[in-house]
Amino acid sequence: MEDVKVFSYKQMISSKKNKVIKLTGIMLLLLIATFILSMNLGVIRLSPWEVTKTFFGFGTHKQQLILFDFRLPRIVIAILIGAGLSVSGAIMQGISRNPLADPGILGINAGAGFAVVTFILFFTRVANQSIFLLPLVALVGGFTAAILIYTLSIKNGAVSPVRMILVGIGIGMLFNAFILLFQMKMQYHQFMSAAIWLAGSIYGSNWKFVLALLPWILILLPYALYKANILNVMNLGEQNATGLGVMIERERFLLSITAVALASACVSIGGGISFVGLVSPHLARRLVGPRHEYLIPVSAVIGSILLLVSDMFARQLLAPNEIPTGIVVAVIGAPYFLYLLARSDS
Amino acid sequence: MTVLSKINCEKKVTNRPVVAIVILIGGLIALLFALATSISLGAANIELNTVWSAVFRFNSELTHHQIIYELRIPRALVGALVGAGFAVAGSIMQGMTRNPLAGPDIMGINAGAGFAISIAFAFFPDMPYKYLMIFSFIGAAAGAFITYTIGSMAKGGLTPVRLALAGTAVGTLLGSLASGISIYFKTAQDVTYWFAGGVAGSKWLNVQGLLVWIVIGLGVGMILSRSITVLSLGEETAIGLGQNIVLVKTIGTIVVVILAGAGVSAAGPVAFVGLMIPHITRFLVGMDYRWIIPCSAVLGSLFLVSADILARMVNPPAETPIGVITALVGVPFFLYLARRDGRDM
Repeated sequence: MEDVKVFSYKQMISSKKNKVIKLTGIMLLLLIATFILSMNLGVIRLSPWEVTKTFFGFGTHKQQLILFDFRLPRIVIAILIGAGLSVSGAIMQGISRNPLADPGILGINAGAGFAVVTFILFFTRVANQSIFLLPLVALVGGFTAAILIYTLSIKNGAVSPVRMILVGIGIGMLFNAFILLFQMKMQYHQFMSAAIWLAGSIYGSNWKFVLALLPWILILLPYALYKANILNVMNLGEQNATGLGVMIERERFLLSITAVALASACVSIGGGISFVGLVSPHLARRLVGPRHEYLIPVSAVIGSILLLVSDMFARQLLAPNEIPTGIVVAVIGAPYFLYLLARSDS
Repeated sequence: MTVLSKINCEKKVTNRPVVAIVILIGGLIALLFALATSISLGAANIELNTVWSAVFRFNSELTHHQIIYELRIPRALVGALVGAGFAVAGSIMQGMTRNPLAGPDIMGINAGAGFAISIAFAFFPDMPYKYLMIFSFIGAAAGAFITYTIGSMAKGGLTPVRLALAGTAVGTLLGSLASGISIYFKTAQDVTYWFAGGVAGSKWLNVQGLLVWIVIGLGVGMILSRSITVLSLGEETAIGLGQNIVLVKTIGTIVVVILAGAGVSAAGPVAFVGLMIPHITRFLVGMDYRWIIPCSAVLGSLFLVSADILARMVNPPAETPIGVITALVGVPFFLYLARRDGRDM
């Protein structure tokens, strides 16, 4: 009897695993398809054949310039930011056990954005020369916001998720007020670049941006995956997690740092892109369930697709003019958020 | 509802007409002083007795008199009217919804009006002010409608957290649409200046337009005040006392939209006045909206006129956006509310 039970349980796990592998495969294929489509689209259209040819080094000089210097870095950036923000959101939802947590809503993005705007305003020359500093600057801002939110949410030694969200909204408004204050001091050109950056834009990206962002994603994403099991246990509630031998405060601290660092690094390059961190973990949870070892990679892929598609719309909708990608993401993401909110239980 | 919170409710039902009368009279006197200070302050410092003579013995030959008449007085008056509008809009909403975080800023009303105005800036740059106000009303109504409907669709109704979340999401959505439109039509800097909030550059035209709507809103609000007091005791109580709550809520919402929409059209979406002032007023005068509405109007005016004075004094000759000043005061207050009520939301 016992054997049968164990066997069926194992079978269940393995069939689940198969399903997840299949789904991940489909998602990856979708991502590749969007990737190719995104390379074809633009003010100057390249046919799929031309793209393939150029990709393998047989294109004209002009085609190579368009593909390698303009489109590809932008596409790679969109993929990285989409993945980073989604995983950050997945971790935040996991540790706060609140399905509506998101680095944008919690005010982390506003903190990072404030730091970057300050840096651009006061150290314009340094900021232009060394793009590699921006993620670090954003990190300082993101952490300041996170620490403020966390300490202000403590009451009687406990942090309630609800209070944390409200405090996050408040802190976000404060940082946005400061951003506004600095924007008022800017010259027209500074102002426009800051406005576009704040609206969330990934155009004008080049390989330098990719290089500035890539290390963060390459280190933090695998780390989050490595901690997936801890997140699973945390989902059982604090007491159960402690009972199972998880040092809850320490792990929560490490995971929070990971989430904030991911969000800040993405914001430093992509500006105020909100709702990706909220939407993709939700979609992923619907597809593969709540186990984080599946949830994290799938939501990363979904986030990449989401941002890549939004970016295509941003380029095509009013071509040859561009709208900031963050606006397209908000138009897709905010209604989904409101839908989730309308369905939520108290 | 637990016994404890019932006791709390009963404790909160207080009424202090004497305090209210003191606030009304003292507040109006303070407001007069604030207005006079606001008029005398600026790039050209003008003495108070010049202000006095400009008001009562106007002489169009004197530059100082002209500055006072054309620039300073409209600015001060618009500040006072807008402050009153936001504060009363906030107190009516908090009374009707019994939600401590209700207010034109949190509920997406300001964001809606702002979105409508940024459309107007992009497509009809020369729109006269009175039509701009209508635009702002429509946007305010739309923002309130979306936030309110979505927030109350969920099980358990419109809790403060849901309200804040729905308002933030609607605000982000409308805000990013507005910034997209303004970046595309190259009106971004104008729109941002306007979003930052401020009453600089107000004209007599704005005073006239505002005055009509704010007086209408305040008047209807006063007529409604008894019903709002009853409604603030709970919907069931109100129905039990024979009140037509649908009618009261509809008229109340229209008043809120008019007051907040008019305010936004003149000064931009200045946040936190409509959230903070009603709380302070209720704390001082008790639960009777016949007193809360006029007192919060006076205190709101006083607050906004003072904020505008501060906006000019922080970093002269540059002006600090008034929205930043109200946020610096308002965010700590918001955090206080979140910490106080955070657990039962």
